Amino acid sequence: MTAHPTSPYFKDNAHEALQDEQLQKALSNVRQGFIDKRAAVAAKLPEFEALRDSARDIKNHTLANLDLYLEAWENKVTDSGGHVHWARTAEEARQAIVDICRKAGAKTVTKGKSMISEEINLNAAIEAAGMTPVETDLGEYIIQLRNEAPSHIIAPAVHLNATQVESDFRRVHTHLDPNRDLSEPVQLLTEARQVLREKFLAADVGITGANFLIAETGTSVIVTNEGNGDLTQILPKIHIVVASLEKLVPTLDDVSQILRVLARSATGQEMSVYTTFSTGPRRPGDVDGPEEYHVVVLDNGRSAMLGTSFQDMLRCIRCGACMNHCPVYHAVGGHAYGWVYPGPMGAVLSPSLIGVDKAGHLPNASTFCGRCESVCPVRIPLPKMMRHWREQEFERHLTPATVRSGLGLWAFFAKRPALYQFASNLGMKAMAWFGRDKGKFKSLPFAGGWTDYRDFPAPQGGTFQEQWKARKGGRA
Amino acid sequence: MADTTPTPPPRVALFATCLVDLMRPSIGMATAKLLEDAGCIVEVPSQTCCGQPAFNSGDRDTARALAEQMIAAFEGYDYIVAPSGSCAGQVRKHYPELFKHDPNLARRADAVAEKTYELTSFLVDVLGVREVDAVCAGTATYHDSCSGLRELGVKKQPRTLLASVDGLTLTEMNENEVCCGFGGTFAVKYGEISDSIVTKKAENIEDAKPQMLLAGDLGCLMNMAGKLSRRGSRIEVRHVAEVLAGMTDLPPIGVPEKETGR
Repeated sequence: MTAHPTSPYFKDNAHEALQDEQLQKALSNVRQGFIDKRAAVAAKLPEFEALRDSARDIKNHTLANLDLYLEAWENKVTDSGGHVHWARTAEEARQAIVDICRKAGAKTVTKGKSMISEEINLNAAIEAAGMTPVETDLGEYIIQLRNEAPSHIIAPAVHLNATQVESDFRRVHTHLDPNRDLSEPVQLLTEARQVLREKFLAADVGITGANFLIAETGTSVIVTNEGNGDLTQILPKIHIVVASLEKLVPTLDDVSQILRVLARSATGQEMSVYTTFSTGPRRPGDVDGPEEYHVVVLDNGRSAMLGTSFQDMLRCIRCGACMNHCPVYHAVGGHAYGWVYPGPMGAVLSPSLIGVDKAGHLPNASTFCGRCESVCPVRIPLPKMMRHWREQEFERHLTPATVRSGLGLWAFFAKRPALYQFASNLGMKAMAWFGRDKGKFKSLPFAGGWTDYRDFPAPQGGTFQEQWKARKGGRA
Repeated sequence: MADTTPTPPPRVALFATCLVDLMRPSIGMATAKLLEDAGCIVEVPSQTCCGQPAFNSGDRDTARALAEQMIAAFEGYDYIVAPSGSCAGQVRKHYPELFKHDPNLARRADAVAEKTYELTSFLVDVLGVREVDAVCAGTATYHDSCSGLRELGVKKQPRTLLASVDGLTLTEMNENEVCCGFGGTFAVKYGEISDSIVTKKAENIEDAKPQMLLAGDLGCLMNMAGKLSRRGSRIEVRHVAEVLAGMTDLPPIGVPEKETGR
């Protein structure tokens, strides 16, 4: 669904989002729900901060030796009877997945929640190949019915309310009694379960993402709360995992450490309800499991981030804490960011994946309040990396001309203290004189971005440095 | 034999910050008074701006040029103190990063960074001040500005000092650690988003029903004062230094001389 980024129109998207009362109401739930829960569960665990350090170190070590671990992991997958498909691009990943589905003669393809499948726009490719993709995560199912993209990486339908979901269910589930009661959220849940159960049983292929790929064992891990991921990967004959290459960790021990910060950071749970480990296809004697196990590993620009100032971003474990704590995300929601990944992590990652020329607004639309970094379980310096993008934009002359010339004029004075002090003292005196009646300005030239929304306080008049000189002069 | 020579008072360079220098010199005067009351010798080196606007706009060359100018002007003092967490944070946290590949300047940048402090943090953490000599009758709420809070750990220090102000009661607002939406040039470049953030902040401030809003950064204060004023609120907005220095006879931020209520 997210084929063409609307990130270049971030300001327009944000404007629309800010006018959308229903969305604003939904976003206030993000602002209240996730934050308190994370804080409470983190406070209960004395070693939480130490675990964050440990999670960061594990990911750093893996990234520093990624080639080694990828190779070890591939060998283990192959040894356990699975197949690894390397995809340099989104197109290669789509092709690999569609080929497996075609070969199996698939009609229905169930899907667990996967941001990588959003990144590669997988559903459209499956449909184009004549098969039916069915999202089985409740939030993903809802937005699939609406032909929308996720607005949050762990809560894809967080922008919606129950009334909207009810009307979508009535629109799509026309085989059910039109007079049924759907006034309670639990009734919506029950209906989704009923509908999806048939899809699980009909599915020929199940596709999931992966929270981790374990080099030691060749295992893929999914962390979910609904159990849909397990039904997606166990019931069909073929299980395809689609994951990006930075999901790799060396050992089971490493995973168990990172799991301790993942759910706490994401939803404020100590653990998610389901943590499922999959290693290869069904073995002789296994009671269940798929006949074929495939992993499609996506690069799509990530290996190019290694060794650059953006490498730290590859530590991300997709918990969503950064967006849960972001005042800009709280204001505009996920869709405004215009591509798959919203919030601070998206503001850093999206320019790497779709180009800073398209996603340039995202790293600029931050107050640098630093709250994202303060909660990131793997301590990614998100503001610093957004600043790196601003530097690249400045160097490549992508920064808007007005900003550039404004900066240039200011810098001309700021680099010349005597001139600056003389001019600013006069300027502030004049401005204070104009503002003397009201003490503030309702509008100012070149500052509409400020005065359209708030008053601009008038200066007191004269500069501190002039007053200080006068004070010292008076004393002497 | 014990050295009986009395420790000379620290020579402190007052880094006013460009906003205080231009918009509200009284904060600089209040800072000087607090430092002098605490036994410091205060000097004001010639200054313009620390370069943060250039640094955050991606203009590293200008940021470096202004940082170098600032380092040269301030490095000769025992301490550098600013009535701002944001500007002190720029020097403390980001100057070393700006010069890490320049061996000569890196040393000087690190040295300047190490002795640069936000005002309330310097008074409490370095000088051990616990009380100030000030009177201010009324209720106030305190906004924790982001850089001071998250880069420098400024949280308890202003509250410790405010607790000693005679007649003042501090009432905490909800979400006092959430950004006010200022973000430097962000407030103008993304004015509409900034407005949404500062509107929520104004609602939290108003819900706490204080007579005064205080904070340690003038940028945030101008943003919140501007929004409160546009909403018709009568809450007085001041920099924490002005209250701690007992300088509340001046009009609050955004209020003309003639309307001074206090």
